[in-house]
Amino acid sequence: MTIDQLSIFVENSPGRLAEIADILGNAGIDLRAVSIADTRDFGILRVITSDPARATEILRAEDCVVSVTPVLAVAIEDTPGSLSRVLRVLADVGISIEYLYAFITRKRDSAYVIFRVEDNERAIEAFAAHGVKTAGAAELYAL
Amino acid sequence: MNYYQSEMECASPEAMRALQSERLVKAVRHVYDNVPYYRNKMADIGLEPQDVRSMDDLRKLPFLTKDDLKTAYPYGLLAKPLADCVRIQSTSGTTGKRVVAFYTQNDIDVWDECCARAIVAAGGSREDVVHVCYGYGLFTGGPGLNGGSHKVGSLTLPMSSGNTERQLQFMIDLEATILCCTPSYAAFLAESLIAQGLRDQIKLKAGIFGAEAWSEEMRRDIEDKLGIKAYDIYGLTEVTGPGVSFECSEQTGMHVNEDHFVAEIIDPETGEVLPDGSKGELVFTCISKEAFPLLRYRTRDICVLSRKECSCGRTLVKMARLMGRTDDMLIIRGVNVFPSQIETVLLRAGYPSNYQIIIDRVHHTDSFEVKVEMTQEMFDDTVKRIEAREAELLSALRAMLGISPKVTLVAPRSIARSEGKAVRVIDKRKI
Repeated sequence: MTIDQLSIFVENSPGRLAEIADILGNAGIDLRAVSIADTRDFGILRVITSDPARATEILRAEDCVVSVTPVLAVAIEDTPGSLSRVLRVLADVGISIEYLYAFITRKRDSAYVIFRVEDNERAIEAFAAHGVKTAGAAELYAL
Repeated sequence: MNYYQSEMECASPEAMRALQSERLVKAVRHVYDNVPYYRNKMADIGLEPQDVRSMDDLRKLPFLTKDDLKTAYPYGLLAKPLADCVRIQSTSGTTGKRVVAFYTQNDIDVWDECCARAIVAAGGSREDVVHVCYGYGLFTGGPGLNGGSHKVGSLTLPMSSGNTERQLQFMIDLEATILCCTPSYAAFLAESLIAQGLRDQIKLKAGIFGAEAWSEEMRRDIEDKLGIKAYDIYGLTEVTGPGVSFECSEQTGMHVNEDHFVAEIIDPETGEVLPDGSKGELVFTCISKEAFPLLRYRTRDICVLSRKECSCGRTLVKMARLMGRTDDMLIIRGVNVFPSQIETVLLRAGYPSNYQIIIDRVHHTDSFEVKVEMTQEMFDDTVKRIEAREAELLSALRAMLGISPKVTLVAPRSIARSEGKAVRVIDKRKI
């Protein structure tokens, strides 16, 4: 299972990130996870949200550049060594990771890792073979 | 084929040359008798009006430059009493040298006819609705195409520039068929129509776009977005305004209305007249104007003239798309750069043509930055793919220009949009 992540182009100018956050906040969009990639002259804001379709529409109406990417969300125990175990699964079958970020939740003693890999299908298979489940949107938003 | 004045537009080269000779002789006599500034310039090189007997003698005449216009401002080149003049037009004065041109009623009629030829060549007739959103007022764009549209008998929408929402509303409600504006504003209107989902509601078939240099790639972009044929038009206030030359169905250059304006190409360094097909500075001689007849005026526009047969049937000489203006040319780290080259590279690479060049001098070296708007298509969720596209763009720019700019990706529609002429270059250098 994959979930839809939004990636938003952030021009490197003071206040731009706040503007984007305002657009989402004013529209009542709830953010599950946030990460930012920064380069010399621009950034990419990546978010997991409860309503990716509506968030995309709202952002584009405000002249933001947005892309929707299917990513993998994997639940892991909030204990030392659990990240390395899931990473090992991918490494062993030679799947390279574009980027990842993690977040912990309030309700359970667990964390989620968001993976962006080259080949989602192969990664899901590899995880399944090791008993690692990928979370669907419903699970993530029900947190 | 559509012509407004076929006897002139399709005249034999011999007949055209004979007419030009006759008009040139009169024009020289006219300025000599009525413009002391011109008489002195001729006296300086020992030229008498009777020395000019035909077109063969054109090159004996001295050049006029923008500096002459500045020196003679405002009335020094006026060749008719003010009582005979009915209008002035003026340049935008962006280079700090404002030009005021005078017109008699006959001058206005000739100008309107030249614009009428452009509208008819673009497929216009009395059945058309011509939407003019060049600025009206001192700028020649609005009045020129407005007058041309009247001559053709089209319904004219004198929209002037600005207020994009109103432009779109009139364009749709009154079913405009021919759009006249700057190419950058046409691109802006096209994007606005698409963004608002109104693209299917327009009836445009053609556009006549001028007053700015633009590339073939930008033409295709506008044509695709609006579903029209886009035609170039050229002119300058000093000579008359838009309609000095205009494009036909072949879209391979602009026919010069040479029964009124004689074109020459010269070497900008030496002033030597170059044969057809050579690249150089465009020079115009007005042979039928009454109030403000500039002879051998150096435009600073760089282009090529061609007398190759045209499929439209017109025999008027054609000038190629402008290759830049000697004024527009930037010298960055010692290299000549024309903004239009950057536009060409951007459009080829799939970026929007709305860019901005920022030049500064840091530690005695020119910094050169090109701001480019990010688009939905060029964006990606990974840094490496965006940077790979940026690197491709950079190498295409380097190949075209010979020097490397810094490319900065900015948010869509964040570079100030023009509703008149685009501000493409910000030169902060203090030298």
